[in-house]
Amino acid sequence: MRAFHSRSRAFALLIACAVLIAGGCASVPRNPEDPLERYNQAVFSFNERVDKAVARPLATVYDTFAPTPVQTGVGNFFGNLADIWIGFNNILQGKVGAGLSDWARFLVNSTFGIFGLLDVASELELQKNDEDFGQTLAVWGVGEGPYFIVPFFGPSTLRDAAALPLDGAGDPVWRMAHVPTRNTLAGLRIADKRARLLGFEKTLDEGTLDKYTFTRNFHLQQRRAKVHDGKPPMEYEDFEPDEEASLVPAATQPASDERSAAGRL
Amino acid sequence: MKSTFLALYISVLSFLPSGVSAGGPAPDQLIDKLSGDVLEILQTNESLRAGETTQVVGLVEQVVLPHFNFRRMTMLAVGRDWRDASPEQQKRLMDAFYNMLVRTYSNALTQYRDQTVEVRPLRASPSDKIVKVQTEIRQPGGQPVTVDYVLEQRADGWKIFDIVVTGVSLVTNYRGTFSQQIRLGGIDGLIRSLEAKGQEFTPRPGQS
Repeated sequence: MRAFHSRSRAFALLIACAVLIAGGCASVPRNPEDPLERYNQAVFSFNERVDKAVARPLATVYDTFAPTPVQTGVGNFFGNLADIWIGFNNILQGKVGAGLSDWARFLVNSTFGIFGLLDVASELELQKNDEDFGQTLAVWGVGEGPYFIVPFFGPSTLRDAAALPLDGAGDPVWRMAHVPTRNTLAGLRIADKRARLLGFEKTLDEGTLDKYTFTRNFHLQQRRAKVHDGKPPMEYEDFEPDEEASLVPAATQPASDERSAAGRL
Repeated sequence: MKSTFLALYISVLSFLPSGVSAGGPAPDQLIDKLSGDVLEILQTNESLRAGETTQVVGLVEQVVLPHFNFRRMTMLAVGRDWRDASPEQQKRLMDAFYNMLVRTYSNALTQYRDQTVEVRPLRASPSDKIVKVQTEIRQPGGQPVTVDYVLEQRADGWKIFDIVVTGVSLVTNYRGTFSQQIRLGGIDGLIRSLEAKGQEFTPRPGQS
């Protein structure tokens, strides 16, 4: 109890320091993509330590002892619960058809899919979607705000972080009244999600020059893509004028920018 | 964020061998063939399951390289500073970047678990010189992940020059880090960092 107390105090202190540092830095932003960089760097390494101490070992145990069919069932189960909130967000974004399809998925999988353990709906071509309240806010016109790493949660933006409490409220697991059940399920879900990423830290260590920057760029690009439902506008510049001949812009695209050697998709 | 990293793994799997000779197939057929061949190898290769990737990496260097335009990939990762690099610097950038990507995907190989790949029909007009082939990776118990391959038509056939995982361009995603290095130490600074990174993780015998 005592140890826990001093730990949570240390944590509060860390957050306080981080916010102070971020505040001090905000007046001289070095990177327009990341005005809170110093705060983010601090929380990034804090989260890394939490991952190393808790999430990764938990996931490793789960991955070692749970056979593949069990892992599939667990993933499907939580995916099924998530479909309710996903559907709600699709409707809030005006995509009523997609929202109803998400709820149909939930009904089909909860019954024919044995409490969501099997993803029957995907076999029936009811596509699984990926929505959350942060994306809904984006569709409503809320800007993403600066890159912001949330302690324990990971990369986010100010907008998405502000949406997190609502996502929590829309999460059937967090709404459970029976606390031990809730905590067990939440732990299992973390283990399952983290297990799907085991080994990726090795890739980040070896495949990038700077883990922090790579993660940030990846997260920001991915969020923007999700807001566009996976179809962000994309453009390829050419830095070799002699190759111009092979890089004619796609004929169907309007040539809206001045770079003649750019390929647009 | 989460499932995308898995997708990142799977997408790089497509660097793996194919029997298709350059020049022939349409872009979507090429990707379909590559994915199919890759999955077959992963399903049958016992040493890979044991975490041994060196053998597969060897195959890659001989067979798959023809389907990538590595010069263009490096150029896109480096950004506009590419223009200021001498031919010798460009060569070293390409080599170092290539080695880094090989390391990334040889790790990725060990992550394979029963995923399947579905290649969507190509939506492009015959006159298009740059096309995007969309695929979806389905994984049991996880969200499907979209992986798009961007190819351009060249004299010797369609060449992949970018892989877009859930909307994130793998190649241009390096640009942020690379331009940071160039600001700090110029193009030679970037080359040094990339080469140092390669030294650090040179595979030792018996390790993947």
